[in-house]
Amino acid sequence: MVTGTAVHTDAEARESEAREIVRALPDPEMPWVTLGDLGVVRAVHGGATGSVRVELTPTYLGCPAIEAMRSDAEKALAAAGYRVESVDLRLDPPWTPAAISEEGRRKLEEAGIAPPAHVTAGSDIRATGRPSQHSPTPVGLGVRCPHCGSIETALLSRFGASPCQELRRCSACAEPFPAVRS
Amino acid sequence: MTTGRALTALTRTLKPLDAYALAVGDDALIASHRLSEWLTRAPDLEEEVALANIALDQLGQARFLLGYAGRSSGLSEDELAYRRSDREYRNCLLAELPNGDFAHTVLRLLLFSAYQRQLYAGLGESADDELAAFAKKASVEVDYHYEYAVSWTLRLGDGTEESHDRMAAALEELWPYTAELFADDPLASGLSADGLVPEPERLHGPWMEQVTSVLAEATLGAAPSVNRRPGGGRAGLHTEALSYLLAEMQSVHRAHPGATW
Repeated sequence: MVTGTAVHTDAEARESEAREIVRALPDPEMPWVTLGDLGVVRAVHGGATGSVRVELTPTYLGCPAIEAMRSDAEKALAAAGYRVESVDLRLDPPWTPAAISEEGRRKLEEAGIAPPAHVTAGSDIRATGRPSQHSPTPVGLGVRCPHCGSIETALLSRFGASPCQELRRCSACAEPFPAVRS
Repeated sequence: MTTGRALTALTRTLKPLDAYALAVGDDALIASHRLSEWLTRAPDLEEEVALANIALDQLGQARFLLGYAGRSSGLSEDELAYRRSDREYRNCLLAELPNGDFAHTVLRLLLFSAYQRQLYAGLGESADDELAAFAKKASVEVDYHYEYAVSWTLRLGDGTEESHDRMAAALEELWPYTAELFADDPLASGLSADGLVPEPERLHGPWMEQVTSVLAEATLGAAPSVNRRPGGGRAGLHTEALSYLLAEMQSVHRAHPGATW
């Protein structure tokens, strides 16, 4: 996929094509979104000689989907005529839910999985296990129910069907639903 | 047995930072295994899912750390996990103690996740970029484990008479084992002088403050006084519980050496 007005060399076009192949792969745990939507494709290098190096970042360290992502990328690139030199994991900077694209957030919501709430500065509930008395009051951006759209939702459990999900319940329509942890 | 001896020799000659990563990785691996023993036995479905997820996080951390520890010696994470004997494991005793009731697991997770939060916060400042990046990632995960342990400690400690008594019994049993986490360790001291890892002793203050405030709020009183400080895990001296754990964890690999799927 050649974008922009610049004239791309063949090498750039091949690299860009390889990148799009990896970005378009479905996430193994949440196949409604692509790896590109999820923000786990860090880089795809090479392509000129048919040989590419891929860099992925895991959502969580133990996420078993990373092995499937790795082999899916290898297979898809091989099928398009690329030779995969390596698929490496990059931890720095760490993945956060903010890496999910707007498109990804929309697709997740359509699939009944609430996208992560936008986290405001000032909340250090993660660091202390409870809201801080010292930091600025965090702005309460609620997680929206993917069924009825209400933001009156409550946490049922921090842990869900995959390491990046939690379980919530809507107070308005009473439906339980999964949400991406924020 | 010759391959066993060869591996022993290799793990003894690991570079200091690799040996440190192995010990910290062993903590995560053994803690993960104990949590995974709850699968199909947890009190309810939510707890089943939570404990499985925490075990999975710990396993992910162990995989990174064992992979890091063995890389410069040509040892894979599988070789380190499946081919070492009990005497070659470097985990703390707190991680390996057999499971008891749910209160026991909650309290162990409180003590251990509070420790890992301090440890990973320190490692996040490591002069080793790769370890620092790992620790920052792992910190986010451990925060969730701690949050879970705190919520259940409060609920059970300040709950019914029975749940309170069970938490108190778990505290009595587990507390002495926490001393080992902060004990003087020549390996860590040497590495901390180079800014590579936090000094174990320095982690104790913030850990103690955090844990004792949760225990007080859970009506579990002050930390018990102890006159014994079991230890030795970092030197490979374990309780027999670890031998049984490893026998189970390593059985498939030992029955089918080199098998993959």
